[in-house]
Amino acid sequence: MRDVTTTSDDVLIDPDLMAQTLRGALATGGDFAEVFAEDRRSASAHLDDGRVEELTSGRSRGAGIRVVVGDTTGFAHTADLTPAGLRAAAEAAAAAARGGGGGVKEVALTRRDVARSYQPEVLPETVDKGTKVGLLRRADESARAAGSAITQVSASYSEGRRRFVVANSDGLLAGDDGVRTLFSVSTVASGDTGLQTGRESIGHTVGFELFDQHDVAELAERAARRALTKLAARPAPSGQLPVVIGKGGGGVLFHEACGHGLEADLVAKGASVFAGRVGEQVASPLVTLVDDGTIAREWGYVAIDDEGHPAQRNVLIRDGVLTDYMWDQLRARKEGRPSSGNGRRQSYQHLPMVRMTNTVLLAGDDDPDDIIASTDHGVYVAHLGGGQVNTATGDFVFGMTEAYLIEDGQITEPLREGNLIGNGPQVLTDIDAVAGDFAMGPPGTCGKDGQGVPVGDGVPTLRVKALTIGGTAA
Amino acid sequence: MSAPTAAAAANEDTTAELLRMAERLAAQAGPGEQVEAYVARGSSTSVRAYDGEVESLSVAQSAGVGIRVVADDRQGFASCGSLDPEVVAETLADARDNARHAEPDEALGLARPDGVVPVHQELWFDEVVQLPTDEKVRLAIELERATTGADERVRSVRTAMYGDGAGEAAIATSTGISAAGRGTTCHLSVAALARDGSETRMGGGSDVARTPGELDLDQVAADAVERATRLLGATPVPSRRLTVVLEPRLAATIVCILGGTLTGERLLKGRTPFADRVGEVIGSPLLTVVDDPTDPRSMGADPHDGEGLATRRNELVRAGELVGFLHNTWTARRLGVASTASAVRSYASTPGVGCQALAVTPGEGTHDELVAAVDDGILVQSLTGLHSGVNAVSGDISVGAEGLLIRGGALAEPVCEVTLATTLQRLLTDIEAVGADLEWQPSGTGAVTLVIGDVTLSGR
Repeated sequence: MRDVTTTSDDVLIDPDLMAQTLRGALATGGDFAEVFAEDRRSASAHLDDGRVEELTSGRSRGAGIRVVVGDTTGFAHTADLTPAGLRAAAEAAAAAARGGGGGVKEVALTRRDVARSYQPEVLPETVDKGTKVGLLRRADESARAAGSAITQVSASYSEGRRRFVVANSDGLLAGDDGVRTLFSVSTVASGDTGLQTGRESIGHTVGFELFDQHDVAELAERAARRALTKLAARPAPSGQLPVVIGKGGGGVLFHEACGHGLEADLVAKGASVFAGRVGEQVASPLVTLVDDGTIAREWGYVAIDDEGHPAQRNVLIRDGVLTDYMWDQLRARKEGRPSSGNGRRQSYQHLPMVRMTNTVLLAGDDDPDDIIASTDHGVYVAHLGGGQVNTATGDFVFGMTEAYLIEDGQITEPLREGNLIGNGPQVLTDIDAVAGDFAMGPPGTCGKDGQGVPVGDGVPTLRVKALTIGGTAA
Repeated sequence: MSAPTAAAAANEDTTAELLRMAERLAAQAGPGEQVEAYVARGSSTSVRAYDGEVESLSVAQSAGVGIRVVADDRQGFASCGSLDPEVVAETLADARDNARHAEPDEALGLARPDGVVPVHQELWFDEVVQLPTDEKVRLAIELERATTGADERVRSVRTAMYGDGAGEAAIATSTGISAAGRGTTCHLSVAALARDGSETRMGGGSDVARTPGELDLDQVAADAVERATRLLGATPVPSRRLTVVLEPRLAATIVCILGGTLTGERLLKGRTPFADRVGEVIGSPLLTVVDDPTDPRSMGADPHDGEGLATRRNELVRAGELVGFLHNTWTARRLGVASTASAVRSYASTPGVGCQALAVTPGEGTHDELVAAVDDGILVQSLTGLHSGVNAVSGDISVGAEGLLIRGGALAEPVCEVTLATTLQRLLTDIEAVGADLEWQPSGTGAVTLVIGDVTLSGR
């Protein structure tokens, strides 16, 4: 345990100024107003081609103000946190929402912070840059030592600190101060079959103690092994086969197969195949899916969401039955129910919307080895890449970055990269085995309507009866 | 040097003011030190319509500075989302400190004027910044109305949006670079939802222009409606190898993947399948690809690149032969060639290397004529999973697709939930036809219909 040096005692924004700004935002009427002030600091270091190429640092600070009148939201943001700057932004947001009379007049703010369940031991900003550069070199050496076919290595370190305060006309006032630390390694291996790549990353909502718990040399070696393995890989099959997904490797499956489709904003617009299906059996009884922003240290952890609501553990599907969607302030307000703590935004320059946090499939009872052994001919995916979904149809794709053939119940040859495609409701129904060996996966960034937010996911080993493998082999 | 978002009040004076600020920063370079300052400011508006009302109206102003320092052959960078002098001064100090911890490379250094004269382009139009908010709202609502009023199966949208931006940017270096520019853009986009019983399909349309008057609202709505409705009844089809027809908007996606592999950075670092192939045939003789930011038809047109050099026309592939790679100052120096003025950046990043206004040189035949010449194929209207299914290092491509089968030269039943797989190397060689139907995409890429033989479709 090391001492924590806190350097963030300066007040981001005075609560009285926030209350005054809210009154200004509602001066011409409106049903709801919110001011969100944010301060971000980031730093990164990057090694490529054997050289520490670049260290960068960035800072941004500003406020976003929204005013809601009926079904219309007006939004404006400013980097000017002075009373004059905030007043101008409040007026712009109010003008955008076009007033409407009535509404809220008095705003009395009550502070409702939520304590973080984990405090970083070492703020990354207090660590010497040379130490960070040392991690990059260590990763580079380790990846290159994994095999002479490794022809290229890049490694990135990044840290981010985000402080925000949010206040709204319901009287809510809450703030947060969070740190994320990330390290990734990408490798290229070169052989007779051309070039292959491998990537590994580790990221948590923790400070620099991340590197006490994880060895970047091991991470780099895994990234190198992934590229080397694929040099001998054969083209992936083309067509439908059973697919076994390894623990921790494949949370993106649920993120795409149903996660986005359970976001209340898309449901409300009829742009989700899961609209109107609460209470129905939408998945195999083996499926219990939870979106949980409270999992300490995970990449999608939040103490409060970006609208000031405490993060929650939300059960979305229990034993295959759809129990609820995910909600933000606006959608919940319309339905007269509480937010589920899923209102998130990329920065003060963006409007919040319904987003996932850590989306996890709870462990089942099957034995992971038995799942593989009972698969006659299929594909074992150790590591998934990103994915994409059309929520209106439920069709989704996701990439496999490390996969093997299963033949006669045995994992055999490595496969080249490719996408898998399936239909969300069908795939959820086709899950026929879930093991007891749960693990969280690597950190992710989820994109929606042009906004990226950090998310986590986790799964135990599981099997889908049939998925379409987008390879080229017969 | 592009300024994607922008400033409502921007005029020649305010842009000159940004340039003076950049020059003052660059002038702070000490002995043996080079300093580059990139200053950008912008404003934007977006209006989303839903159910005949404004769903949201956002107005935004932003500004920032990126500072690059090279000293003792080491480079450091820092940026801030503010023009506040105190914050900017701290940012310069951060950049200097960052440089101390990086490792040396003799090829590092800022751009120097190279004598190429910038091609003047009119990229700023007052009509955009003067457009009243009511008119922006009207466009968004009208777009939704046009989309939901054309076909009884399309009664709602996922999003219908009007957006615009005006931006100005300036760059100055202690090595003599001094350049500034400003531009406006506006766009319409809609995602239509078509319903038949319990089935829902989504189709999109979009348009980008320098001025609102050039936006074709009816075409955007019609594109979205056509794409959503013609997919109703789509099912997966059996796996097989077939011919793929990519309409220009999707051909642009593929051409951009190719362009992304042809940068000096990938070449230097061994991350392109086309290293050592300059002068060799890498594709069909029908294929010629050029990156030309001096072409005003492209939304990527800009007189300057991200390091302040005058942009120029760069031929990448000529009749199937690989002509060359794109470079910024650093990759050019490392390889002993001249920069192609292909530095791309924002204020928050150091200049990378990339395509700015990539275009396929048109061939022969209309879209319909090319479709009519295909016996067994698929006309693709959407590709998904590009970020997870395209490996630009190995060249492997495997993506989700939706579209219509082509049988005996005629469009047939709709297809969904299938993947298409090949490699970039094979795809380029398998190009069987290049259309004459050049369309400039919102991304700034100019593309035509491409017909690609022998692609693996995975389905049922």
